[in-house]
Amino acid sequence: MAKRIDISGLSAFYGSHKAIEDISMTVEPRSVTAFIGPSGCGKSTFLRTLNRMHEVTPGGRVEGKVMLDDENLYGKDVDPVAVRRTVGMVFQRPNPFPTMSIFDNVAAGLRLNGSYKKNQLNDVVERSLKGANLWNEVKDRLNKPGSGLSGGQQQRLCIARAIAVEPDVLLMDEPCSALDPISTLAIEDLIGELKERFTIVIVTHNMQQAARVSDRTAFFNLAAVGQPGKLIEIDETERIFSNPSVQATEDYISGRFG
Amino acid sequence: MSHVVQDRRPVTTVRVNHLSHARLPRWAQPAIAAGAVAAGIGLGTVAGWQSRTQWGMLAALLFVLASYLITAKVEGKRQARDRVATSIVWVAFVLAVVPLVSLSWVTVSNGLEVLDPYFLSHSMNAVLDAETGGGVYHALLGTIEQVLIATLIAAPVGLLTAVYLVEYGGGRLAKAVTFFVDVMTGIPSIVAGLFVLATWNLILGFGPSGFAGALALAILMMPVVVRSTEEMLKLVPNELREASLALGVPKWRTILKVVIPTAIGGITTGVMLAVARITGETAPVLLLVFGTKLINPNPFEGAQASLPLYVYEQYAVGTDASISRAWAAALVLIAFVMILNLVARGIARWKAPKTGR
Repeated sequence: MAKRIDISGLSAFYGSHKAIEDISMTVEPRSVTAFIGPSGCGKSTFLRTLNRMHEVTPGGRVEGKVMLDDENLYGKDVDPVAVRRTVGMVFQRPNPFPTMSIFDNVAAGLRLNGSYKKNQLNDVVERSLKGANLWNEVKDRLNKPGSGLSGGQQQRLCIARAIAVEPDVLLMDEPCSALDPISTLAIEDLIGELKERFTIVIVTHNMQQAARVSDRTAFFNLAAVGQPGKLIEIDETERIFSNPSVQATEDYISGRFG
Repeated sequence: MSHVVQDRRPVTTVRVNHLSHARLPRWAQPAIAAGAVAAGIGLGTVAGWQSRTQWGMLAALLFVLASYLITAKVEGKRQARDRVATSIVWVAFVLAVVPLVSLSWVTVSNGLEVLDPYFLSHSMNAVLDAETGGGVYHALLGTIEQVLIATLIAAPVGLLTAVYLVEYGGGRLAKAVTFFVDVMTGIPSIVAGLFVLATWNLILGFGPSGFAGALALAILMMPVVVRSTEEMLKLVPNELREASLALGVPKWRTILKVVIPTAIGGITTGVMLAVARITGETAPVLLLVFGTKLINPNPFEGAQASLPLYVYEQYAVGTDASISRAWAAALVLIAFVMILNLVARGIARWKAPKTGR
C-alpha cells in the first residue's frame, strides 16, 4: 500500500511568481516526513504539488517530476482525480462537509466517487473512525451533523474521511495548528499509528511536534521575501535537531531567526 | 503588604466619579414618543390641519427634538447626540412600515368583501361587468401555470450560469456574461414582452398563449436568479471544495454534491424572490397572454388570464362589483406570493447546514 515518493527538480508557480524552486527529495514509505521552515517558504505549496492540488489554485503551475513508486504524477496522461484518490490530504482547519452527518462525512469519499457497495459502507465508516481514534466518541451519534463536534474531533473526522478512501500517501498541512494541546496529542498519537499503513508527510510550525512525530525532517527556507522557497536539507529527524549539516537549519531550530 | 505602589502624583483634592452619571429611565424614550404623537395630534387639531401627513411630520419632528433636549439636560451632550441618532432610526422605521401596514390593511379589508370559496373556484364566464359574482379561478390557474413554466425555464438556466461564473469562469467570457446579466436586470418588463411578441408571435407566427407570457417572465427572472445564486455560491468556503477535490472527487461531482447542497437554502430563497417578482408582472402578460374570461387550462394554446391582468381589467371596468373583485384578486395575489415566500423559508431552514450537536 504505502508508496515511496521521489521528487526531482520540482518548481511551482503562481502565475509568473515562482513559489518554490528546484526541490529534489525522497519520501520513504511507512514513515513520517516533516516539513519545517518559516512562513511563506513554500512548505504548503510543495505539499500541495504532491497530490496535484496546487493546480486547483488559479494560475498554479508545476515543473519537474514527482514519482510515486514508478509513476510520474505529472506524466502526460495522468488524471489528477486519480492522483488525489491515491494521495489523500488533511487540511489546516478542520473542514467537515456542513450538510452531511458524521457517517456521511466519512463515507463522502466513497459515495461521491460512486464506487461502493452498500453493505460495505458501514464497515468502511467504522474502520476509518476507529483508525482515526474517533469511533468511541461518535458511535452513538453517527447521524448527527459533523459540524457539532469539537475542533479536535472534527480534525480526526477529517482524517477518518481521508483514510476511508484507502490512499497510499497521507499529506497533512499543519493539522494541529487550530487545536488545543490535548487534541494535538490525540492526533500525534494517531499519526504514529497511521504510519504503519501509510506514507505520511506533515507540514508543521511546531518544532517539538516535528521532533516527536517524524522520522525524517526537511527544512525549507527562502532567501528573502518574494524569492522562491528552497529545500535546505533533509535528514533523519534526530540529526536535524541535534547536529544539522547546514548552519541555517541550526539557527532556525534553535530560534536564532525566523 | 509586600508591594505597595507609591503614587507620586500630587494629591488631588476632589475625585469625581467619571464612570456613572444621571440616566433617563428606560420608559423615557417611549414616553417622549407618546408625548410627541399626542402633541402632533393636539396641535394639528387646534391649527385645523387637514392632512394627517402633516400631523405625523410634526410628531416626528417633536419626537427627535424632545429626545435631544431632554437627554441633553439630564444625561449630557454626547448621550443626546446618540439618542437623536436612535430616534431618527425609529422615525425611519415607522416611515417604512406605515405604507406596508396600510397597504396590507386596505387590501385585506377591501378584498375580504367578496373573497370566498365561490370566488376562488369560478371564472368570469357569462358574468356581466356590473354584476356581482364571478371569480378568479381562471386567472389563478393562469398565473400558476405561467409562473411555473417561467421558473422551469429560468431557474435551471440561471443556476447553471451562476455555477459557470463562480466555478469555471474567470476569463473574458465570464466578464461579458456578468455584464449582460447586470444589463438584463434593468430590462423593463414591457420591453421583454415586446421582444417575445416580436420573435415568438410576429416572426414565428404563434398566437397569444400562457407559454408566450412565460417566456417573457423567464427573461425577467433569469438575471435575478443568476445574481442571487452567484452570491450564494461565492459564500461557500473554498476549503470545502478543496476537501472534496482532495478526496479524489471530480470537479462536477464536487459542485453537485458539496457546493450546491451547502448553498441550497440561499439559492432557494433567491429563486423564490425572483418568482415573487414575476408573479406580479402585468405588462408582458397583457401583450402576450391577452386575458380571457374563460377557463383555459392549456398554457400552450389560446389566451389565458392571470391575476395581475385580472386586477387591471376589473379596475378598468370601474363598476362597484368589478372593483370589489379587483381588490379580492389583489388579496389573492399577495397571499399567493406570501405562501411562496413561506415555503421558500421553510425549505431554506430545512436544507440549511446544520450546526446543532
